[in-house]
Amino acid sequence: MNASALPILSIMLAIPMGAAIACLFARAETARLLALGATLLNLALGVWLWVSYDPAGAQWQFVESLQLFGPIGWKLGIDGISLTLIMLSVFLMPICIGASWHAIQKRVGEYMAAFLLMETLMIGVFAAQDLLLFYIFFEAGLIPMYLIIGIWGGAERIYASYKFFLYTLLGSVVMLIAMLWMIQTAGTADIPTLLNTDFPVEAQKWLWLAFFASFAVKMPMWPVHTWLPDAHVQAPTAGSVILAGVLLKMGGYGFLRFSLPMFPEASADFIPLVFGLSMVAVVYTSLVALVQNDMKKLIAYSSVAHMAIVTVGLFTFNQQGIEGAIIVMLSHGLVSGALFLCVGVIYDRLHTREINRYGGLSINMPKYALLFMLFTMASVGLPGTSGFVGEFLSLAGAYKVSTWATLIATTGIILGAGYMLYLYRRIAFGEQKNADAAAMPDIDGREMWLLAPIAAAVLWMGVYPESFLAPIRRDVATIVARIERAAPAGDSKLKANDPTTVKYRVGGHGEEKNKAEGSHH
Amino acid sequence: MDLNASLFLVRPEVILSFSALVLLLLSAWRSEAGRLASILAVAALVGAGAYVVQFMASGTDALAFDGLIGNDAFGNFAKILIYFAAAISLMIAPRFLEKMGAMRAEYPVLILLAAIGMGIMVSATDLVTLYIGLELNSLAAYVLASFARYDGRSAEAGLKYFVLGALASGILLFGMSLLYGFAGSTDFSAIGSALNGDISLGMIFGIVFVLSGLAFKISAAPFHMWTPDVYEGAPTPVTAFFASAPKVAASALLIRVVIEAFGNETMVWQQIVIVVALISIIIGAVGAIGQQNLKRLLAYSSINNIGFILIGLAAGTEQGVAGMLVYLAIYVAMTLGSFIVLMQLKAHDGSYRETFGDIAGLSKTRPALAAVFAIFMFSLAGIPPLFGFWGKLVVFQAAVAANLLPLAVIGIAASVIGAFYYLKVVKVMYFDEPADVIAPSDDAVLSWTGGIMAAAVSPLGYLAIPVLAALSAQAARALF
Repeated sequence: MNASALPILSIMLAIPMGAAIACLFARAETARLLALGATLLNLALGVWLWVSYDPAGAQWQFVESLQLFGPIGWKLGIDGISLTLIMLSVFLMPICIGASWHAIQKRVGEYMAAFLLMETLMIGVFAAQDLLLFYIFFEAGLIPMYLIIGIWGGAERIYASYKFFLYTLLGSVVMLIAMLWMIQTAGTADIPTLLNTDFPVEAQKWLWLAFFASFAVKMPMWPVHTWLPDAHVQAPTAGSVILAGVLLKMGGYGFLRFSLPMFPEASADFIPLVFGLSMVAVVYTSLVALVQNDMKKLIAYSSVAHMAIVTVGLFTFNQQGIEGAIIVMLSHGLVSGALFLCVGVIYDRLHTREINRYGGLSINMPKYALLFMLFTMASVGLPGTSGFVGEFLSLAGAYKVSTWATLIATTGIILGAGYMLYLYRRIAFGEQKNADAAAMPDIDGREMWLLAPIAAAVLWMGVYPESFLAPIRRDVATIVARIERAAPAGDSKLKANDPTTVKYRVGGHGEEKNKAEGSHH
Repeated sequence: MDLNASLFLVRPEVILSFSALVLLLLSAWRSEAGRLASILAVAALVGAGAYVVQFMASGTDALAFDGLIGNDAFGNFAKILIYFAAAISLMIAPRFLEKMGAMRAEYPVLILLAAIGMGIMVSATDLVTLYIGLELNSLAAYVLASFARYDGRSAEAGLKYFVLGALASGILLFGMSLLYGFAGSTDFSAIGSALNGDISLGMIFGIVFVLSGLAFKISAAPFHMWTPDVYEGAPTPVTAFFASAPKVAASALLIRVVIEAFGNETMVWQQIVIVVALISIIIGAVGAIGQQNLKRLLAYSSINNIGFILIGLAAGTEQGVAGMLVYLAIYVAMTLGSFIVLMQLKAHDGSYRETFGDIAGLSKTRPALAAVFAIFMFSLAGIPPLFGFWGKLVVFQAAVAANLLPLAVIGIAASVIGAFYYLKVVKVMYFDEPADVIAPSDDAVLSWTGGIMAAAVSPLGYLAIPVLAALSAQAARALF
């Protein structure tokens, strides 16, 4: 049966919403089961959605439209890019619930309700086809996340929750004004229509900057990334997973859905800005990560570095770079989520995030050390893991545009290997310095169930990325075609018949193949 | 126009006046019959409201008493809000005031008199009628502010309100006399046609004084000084009333004066309104940060909200006026709801509490009350998906459509400052350790009305958008 016969997106929004309300009134044990059940059901629906999605079909599928709220249309629909991000969300949610099973003991019902509400809002962001509806989902996520960090977070949770809320809010409100201007000018809030509306080039600049203010904070890009380490460190484990796994992706999604196709000329004009900030971010945050003593902080800074590779990939204006950026987003969602879970596993046992308190865990926790190793390697970008595919594609795409940006961004991989391996060495190898750390039991069945699916997905994406590239290829091609008119000239074009390079060339083979593929799909 | 037709058009005011006088007699003989009088007063408001609804449904748009007062969709929209807020203020008050030992049958009478005054304010089409309505409302309000006679704070609030209110009325009257002197008429439309093209300095002064006087009444900065003191000192049900109905009435009055009388001189008043709006937003946001008393906090919040409402007026368009009316409707629900929550903050010893320290950890001891208060706070901050967001959105949409982009950008950026103190309330209730000061609620009326207001500003409120949009558009059209 095909999922398009049902308003499946509305159902996927309604299930966690309903469960969230029920959780508020349920007792702790019931709330846990209810939340797990609802998220697993949504995962099943998500798989069904993925299977039913036709990569060669219409651009927008599972479309729903209802004029329920006057000027705000209840318009939902997804393309391949939304599909993959929705899959990421519904895949991570049951894992988050599982990760909080024992770790959260106070106010369980409210906690589960907040997470289920987050799930509704995340799916809503990726599925909304009305500008105002998108904004509502995008902003509404602040409330549950504020409560999650503030109620169940660490010692500095109040500062972190305020910073998270106000930073993101300030970024977003300016975007709202830009959205209102767009609706005013284009006469519609329908996203598919706006995607094909050409705004005046002069206005595009302002609009682009307004959207940039919001997405750069959400992403986060240097120098507005400072909320992220605080929020990550203070949030409970599952909160960090969802923050790193999905919420950061909203920034990238925003660039891809709004900034690029709606303001192509402005996007091209601001490439130096984006590349510049990304280059700084890669080097700076990697170096900062290298000197962290707090595990979560280290991973948080690594997130900023990885997201910088996403922004570089997105603003390459070519198929390879954008596809790569999307894969980095998916991969980072899985890998950083898994790394936060790995931190959570040992944090639950020793209640400290300080790296020096651990050591030699591969002796007493071999299974844990193995999984942690896998995710470390995936974060570094080892071939065979998801990290490699995304980073390679986006950097290859970036090379066509700017050699320098690629060169600097690539150092991120080397530095990434530096800080991740250093982290791994300090935790898993070496002497068992502390008796309490040495006495920790290996991961139990529940933790295995949390980490193993992510490990499988990471390897799947690394070995056979085609499963994830297939649904997005055509939609990326649509965006590329839309922004082609503003695409920047690359700085690494070869001369037509340069005798010094002619023997290395494959006769324009690559380009022809790309074209053939493009028309094929 | 004959008298019968005129009386027909002001039926709501006639009903309310008659009821108020009867209740006044009742209170003269049976001053302890406060509850009965309140119920009768609510009934009178419902009856008057029914006539207003009928006028709205039939699309009445006529002038009465030789153009002294009008009956149009705009005034009727505002009247519905005013009567609603007045009725809620009557319903929530008796028990609270009885506990304070201040409940008397004069309370409903004064509320009704204020409601009549406000009804006249929003339908006045002449400066003299305007002033009568305004003073009728203000005099009732001064007495209401000091209604808890034996409470020093309440008496102080009443006195402050009276002295400053009289000053503002004086300023307004001075502006009105200047306008009359230079335009030769007190009729809005006559002033409107006189204020055209190049105008004299005297007229400009008239406009400035009238706007200043009205800015005081809506507590817009820099004429906001009285608000925190009066809000803090007055009994909480009275504060709830002050924050809702008179705000609607004075805003509607300001809209009508600006659009109908000054409509041709946009350049003169627009910059004043823009500056007042921005100062109100910023002072409302910054002033609230240091407050420990929740009533003072909500006072600054109302200053902040008036700033956003004025953004719609600055646009000076039909869309802007419609946006203001939508905002006012949502604002009434939010602000009444917030004060209803405050009224439920009763300690175990029966005393009423109103500071941050008292609501610490409220979400553990009184989860439902805390959740409702959090909904109002997020809504006042304009965070989607709560309905307060919609109010902000419509006024900013109007500002963008009128090409006031800098105003929109600065205004919305300043709203982030305001979000800080709304968040503080949520933080204290949810993140702090419980102080366990507040006793369980024993007042079903407060629980129910608070719950209904919370439902209205929750995402369910969005279902009302089509109705609100249609009614506010119809009301705004009546002015242009």
